[in-house]
Amino acid sequence: MVDSRSWDWETGEKKIAAIVNVDEGEFNVCVNGQAWGETVFDKIWHLRFSPDGRLTALVSEMGEWTMAVDGEAWENKFGYIWEPCFSADGTVIAAAVQQDMQYAMVLDGKPWEQMFANMTYFALSPDGRHTAGAVQVEDVDSGEIHKFQEGTFTAAMDGKAWDTRFVNVWNLAISQDGRHLAAEVRLNLYDYTIAVDGVPWESRYTTVWEPLFNPVTGTVVAPVREKGMWVLAENGKTLWDRRFVQIWHQMFSPDGSRLAAIVAPSYGRWTVAVDGEPWSATFTKLVTEAVFSSDGQRIAALAKDDETFRVVVDGNPWSDAWDMAWKPIFSPDGRNVAAKVEKTGRYTYSVNNRVWSTSCDAAWDPVFSPDGTLLLLRTVEAGNYVRRIVPVSDIIG
Amino acid sequence: MAEPLKKEKTKVVDEGIDVGISRLTEEKIESVINTVLETETGARLKIYVETCIHCGLCSEACHYYLSHDKDPHYSPVGKIKQTIWEMIKKRGRVSPEFIRRAAIIAQTECNMCKRCAQYCPFGIDIAYMLSVVRRIIHKLGVTPLYIQDTAHSHSVTMNQMWVKGDEWPDTLQWQEEEAQAEIPDLRIPLEKEGADIMYSVIAPEPKFQAQLIYQAAVIMHVAGVNWTMPASVGWDNSDMAMFTGDNEVMGRLKRAHFETAARLKVKKIVMGECGHAFRSVYDMGNRWLGWSMPPFTIVHAIEFYYDLIKDGRIKIAKKYKTVIEMHPNREHNYCCCAGGGVINTGPPFKMTRILGNRVKAEQLFETKTKGAEVLVAPCHNCHSGLHDIVHHYEIGLDIKFFGDIIYEVMEKPE
Repeated sequence: MVDSRSWDWETGEKKIAAIVNVDEGEFNVCVNGQAWGETVFDKIWHLRFSPDGRLTALVSEMGEWTMAVDGEAWENKFGYIWEPCFSADGTVIAAAVQQDMQYAMVLDGKPWEQMFANMTYFALSPDGRHTAGAVQVEDVDSGEIHKFQEGTFTAAMDGKAWDTRFVNVWNLAISQDGRHLAAEVRLNLYDYTIAVDGVPWESRYTTVWEPLFNPVTGTVVAPVREKGMWVLAENGKTLWDRRFVQIWHQMFSPDGSRLAAIVAPSYGRWTVAVDGEPWSATFTKLVTEAVFSSDGQRIAALAKDDETFRVVVDGNPWSDAWDMAWKPIFSPDGRNVAAKVEKTGRYTYSVNNRVWSTSCDAAWDPVFSPDGTLLLLRTVEAGNYVRRIVPVSDIIG
Repeated sequence: MAEPLKKEKTKVVDEGIDVGISRLTEEKIESVINTVLETETGARLKIYVETCIHCGLCSEACHYYLSHDKDPHYSPVGKIKQTIWEMIKKRGRVSPEFIRRAAIIAQTECNMCKRCAQYCPFGIDIAYMLSVVRRIIHKLGVTPLYIQDTAHSHSVTMNQMWVKGDEWPDTLQWQEEEAQAEIPDLRIPLEKEGADIMYSVIAPEPKFQAQLIYQAAVIMHVAGVNWTMPASVGWDNSDMAMFTGDNEVMGRLKRAHFETAARLKVKKIVMGECGHAFRSVYDMGNRWLGWSMPPFTIVHAIEFYYDLIKDGRIKIAKKYKTVIEMHPNREHNYCCCAGGGVINTGPPFKMTRILGNRVKAEQLFETKTKGAEVLVAPCHNCHSGLHDIVHHYEIGLDIKFFGDIIYEVMEKPE
């Protein structure tokens, strides 16, 4: 997480940036009206601020691709670079790269020493020190179905591949201490399980979803499908008694003591289950963006019925429905919840089920001050970028 | 028209089927069939099996039956009799040779078009019963090679053409550059969070027909659509796993597609011109995952184009040609014989498709005699399948997507 305590909580000018076309086939980035640097690039895409405020983009120069950070391109260049991701504190940037049709992860400009014939799923450890990927380690040509079914994929962390081979490897997770790697694996066309450090759980399932490490105990939890229903399993043993039509996006509270997931308790009905118990309120279209408060006592999510979204906190849907809503954000003390919301192309914020009085052309996610009393709201209004510090009490009354 | 080919059958060699059959034992066959029937089917199959009165009215609905001079082996009920009925009646005690024939029938002699369900007096969904056979064939490891390879591609890359992670955004950027030569401020917006629409396509577009992405981008640009395409997996809406009975991979594909839309915060998914993908996203895959309806409004390209033209967002600058309907048409039209994964079984079964749709050739020829010059097929598999038929029977029709025609006749910036 970004440490908002170090922020300037007074209003003032901040940076806003855009990719600009300066001449035919020449691109740069414009930051507060100024060019990013002397270098112009053939192509630029995926312009994003990292959580620590650095400005990053994927750039191409003379047919080679790399990452540029605050206008400076990494020294190493690649055939292609994509799927950049940041560590939680933003100090580390990782991405997938291809060079001479070989694939690897790159961490702060340094690619793995070992490259692979293909790489499909990527992960960055919570501390940003380790990267992982699902990698192809045996050659197989298109059409060699039986060779493929013997297993040509595995997982690799920091470029070191597991010895075990699988038919498929998907959705990797790295433990909190960066020492262990877990992944969904397919043992043959029909049997699936979770593998941790290359060792599959003994239990076999008809399919599985993404594994997750408990941030405190290090156990691995994953949704698994048995007899047409989903259960949650921990280290290969059933964890929740209750079976669901669907379970995914499980998440631990920060102290690891509580476990929640998005579930379908019955066909076509969606909600959040906390420690195995679903909320009584259910929704027809989608439940997404679930999040624990930092003390682990509360959960917020977004729910969709028909074409509209609502914020739902601890099972209670808020009264206003929106064309779109963004991930709810808890104040550090967990008492307040805010979310960016949009209706008919106008953006605003909803805080504790009260709607901010201003509607805007565009908006960014709200940020609570460390003591939870203030909200930083960044918007575009009448063509101007506006940065406001608003007392939470002004919105919730 | 060319003379129909001789009807003698030669044994098809397909490594997927042949190797799979060589590994089977009767015990395994019995176990797999009974496990699927007991744990994955229920009242629906039982009702269908017990309701059918063997009247044969479904026969006239099937293009394979009509194209094979009403050979009852190709009638829908005949295919059921040769497959699932026998499996049920014998409680799974059938031979590997029976399974070989069942695999060929289910995977290559039925397009799952469901025309027969419309002709059944009880509305029995015969294609559903053949999809149960496909599930059994998958569980026995006897799926034809080409479509099995496609299912493997889906499982690795989440797309059906082994398109790698870098190749997808690279192709979109290439098409954007190409299109900018025509319209300098055109964009293919990648990863644009909060766009109204996520546009998804099937993998043959970036692999072989990138101009279709170019054309779609021009249509989006001229219409002023706030759209995006994802740069990560989830961009491919196709689903051959649905047609091999690999439901677990089908669910995985659809989850990736819907969650990509959720991540990008779009309001709708617009799909390119593809038939089976719509079925996978709107009916099969979403429901396997637990959604009774898709979590996002799904708009097929044809409906999308219609709305754009009706609302005046794109204007037609010149008339293309006069529409000449084929007969039968609309929901009673004959299938292209490529759908349902049949074309994806590849070269070993190409003639199965072509000979199994002589009736389509006759229909097209009749339409041509009324003056038709172009055949519109808003689906990649239809397109390729009809191309084979038009070529083999020497009909002489150009085949186009709606997008090809709209791109050609629409008003574009000077």
